[in-house]
Amino acid sequence: MTALLDIENLSVALGGRRDNRLLRSVSLSVSPGEVMGLVGESGAGKSMIGKTIFGILPRAAEVIEGDVRFDGKSLLTLTQNERRMVRGKHMALIPQDPLTALNPSRRIGSQMTDRLTKILGERRDAANRRARTLLEEVHIRDPDRVLRAYPHELSGGMRQRVLIAEAFAAEPQLIVADEPTTALDVTVQKRILGLIAEMQSRHGAALLFVTHDLGVVAKICQTVTVLYSGMVVEQRKTADLIAAPESPYTHALLDASPRYDRPADALRPVSPEVLATMRAAVANADEAYR
Amino acid sequence: MPLFAAEGLSLSLPDLNAKRLFRPAPRIEILHGLDFEIKERSCVGIVGESGSGKSTLGRALVRLHQPTGGRLTFDGKDITHLGEDALRPLRRHLQVIFQDPSSSLNPRHTVGAIVEAPLRLHGIDNPPKAAREALDQVGLPGAFASRYPHELSGGQRQRVGIARAVALRPRFIFADEIVSGLDTSTQAQVIALLKRLQEELSLTIAFVSHDLSVVRHLCDRLMVMSAGRIVEQGDTAAIFDAPQAPETRALKAAIPLPEIEPGWLTQTPSSAAPPGAPAAPDTTQDAPAATG
Repeated sequence: MTALLDIENLSVALGGRRDNRLLRSVSLSVSPGEVMGLVGESGAGKSMIGKTIFGILPRAAEVIEGDVRFDGKSLLTLTQNERRMVRGKHMALIPQDPLTALNPSRRIGSQMTDRLTKILGERRDAANRRARTLLEEVHIRDPDRVLRAYPHELSGGMRQRVLIAEAFAAEPQLIVADEPTTALDVTVQKRILGLIAEMQSRHGAALLFVTHDLGVVAKICQTVTVLYSGMVVEQRKTADLIAAPESPYTHALLDASPRYDRPADALRPVSPEVLATMRAAVANADEAYR
Repeated sequence: MPLFAAEGLSLSLPDLNAKRLFRPAPRIEILHGLDFEIKERSCVGIVGESGSGKSTLGRALVRLHQPTGGRLTFDGKDITHLGEDALRPLRRHLQVIFQDPSSSLNPRHTVGAIVEAPLRLHGIDNPPKAAREALDQVGLPGAFASRYPHELSGGQRQRVGIARAVALRPRFIFADEIVSGLDTSTQAQVIALLKRLQEELSLTIAFVSHDLSVVRHLCDRLMVMSAGRIVEQGDTAAIFDAPQAPETRALKAAIPLPEIEPGWLTQTPSSAAPPGAPAAPDTTQDAPAATG
């Protein structure tokens, strides 16, 4: 099966300088319907990959090498208009912070209707009805109240439900979820993860799930790519990675994850030796790249 | 004698959402008659969903809120309704580390100045020296004192917040969700740091969190809160071995352990409970917005 999303040898650099890379020759591919976790700590470049896919890199960052292909076509050579067509319709983003993704001064209903008319080309009354159905699909009990509400009147979990509904509206083939549950507390996180998994399997979209939490990956992703400092350190089936991590870094991350089922003194911060090994690997890669 | 003792501690706050123009805001009951003790040199984890009142309880302990009912003692002294003047000598011993270091550190002040400010306020000798010592203790040596908060990483900023609290050599620290915004490896470091400081400085800590895994590694005592009530309290290990309250089981079941567990996502807290246990309350809809 050909890949839906194919990232090949991608390097993104600050100011386009070869010695200033944020992503270091990243390759990964996502098949249709696959759920892949993209794991790393802050600065690892996981969100940068999502931004490159959506063509929303900050101005200072530039793709200096490699390609990002979606359904066989390069996303990097699209014009603004073509890009807009792909975004929303063929791929969608579930953002980390639902509050900044929603317009604070407009009601949920009119925001949703607006986006639906733009993406689906539906008439307003049809889009209105569709918005209501979508909210029901994400298990919002009183969709009419939510449609009339302003974003600040909803809880974090509810706002995330609204954005999940919007993301799936156009039946996109790819969803990028950028730490969608980081701002939520654990019980709400579990419900939202369940909802994302349910929507993903019902609509059959591929999902690229960006997170720093290997626990979340274990629960929702079939495959996983671990990043360190913009470099892929391990890329495997989730079950294999959890059972026997190959990279010392992945190993250290697992040991540094707090677990209630382990004794209180079992928590080990990532050791300086592991970090030194990783920094050396990055330096080697950079040396070879020059 | 316990460091803190609470009997029937209640607290209500004005509900600003329901306030009408020119009328006093109606009050909303946050904490409902809590009874507990906190022993000296213990670390108590206060856990619960957002809106359960855990942060409000922490704020009441350091008297950022005044309780509206019951009694709260600190070191045997009734502090329930103490005024600001009477509290001042105690303030040094009631310190807070806030959740979000980027908003609790003044961006225009250097790290050194931030840690020194409370030292000057409490008239401590040679503030620069005491600040340097505190920064050393949290692993931010010399040069960091002249940097600004924006020049630091999230983990380093949180260390500044910790240094500011411990510089005063307090007896009690309320730590409000201080690791939830951090990366896995940074989180483990901050937990290790807090544990070390607790021993070195004989601190008593109330650690508020929604993540039972973090609490497990740090706290010897546990208070589980739900809707402004303590639904379970006791020894951390004992509660983890056999959680009694359905709310505790729900919190435990919600944590994604890095383990393959088919069906975990569709499992509800009540089906995760042992057979014969009372069913968890209906939690199929998300809780209303957090009150902080």
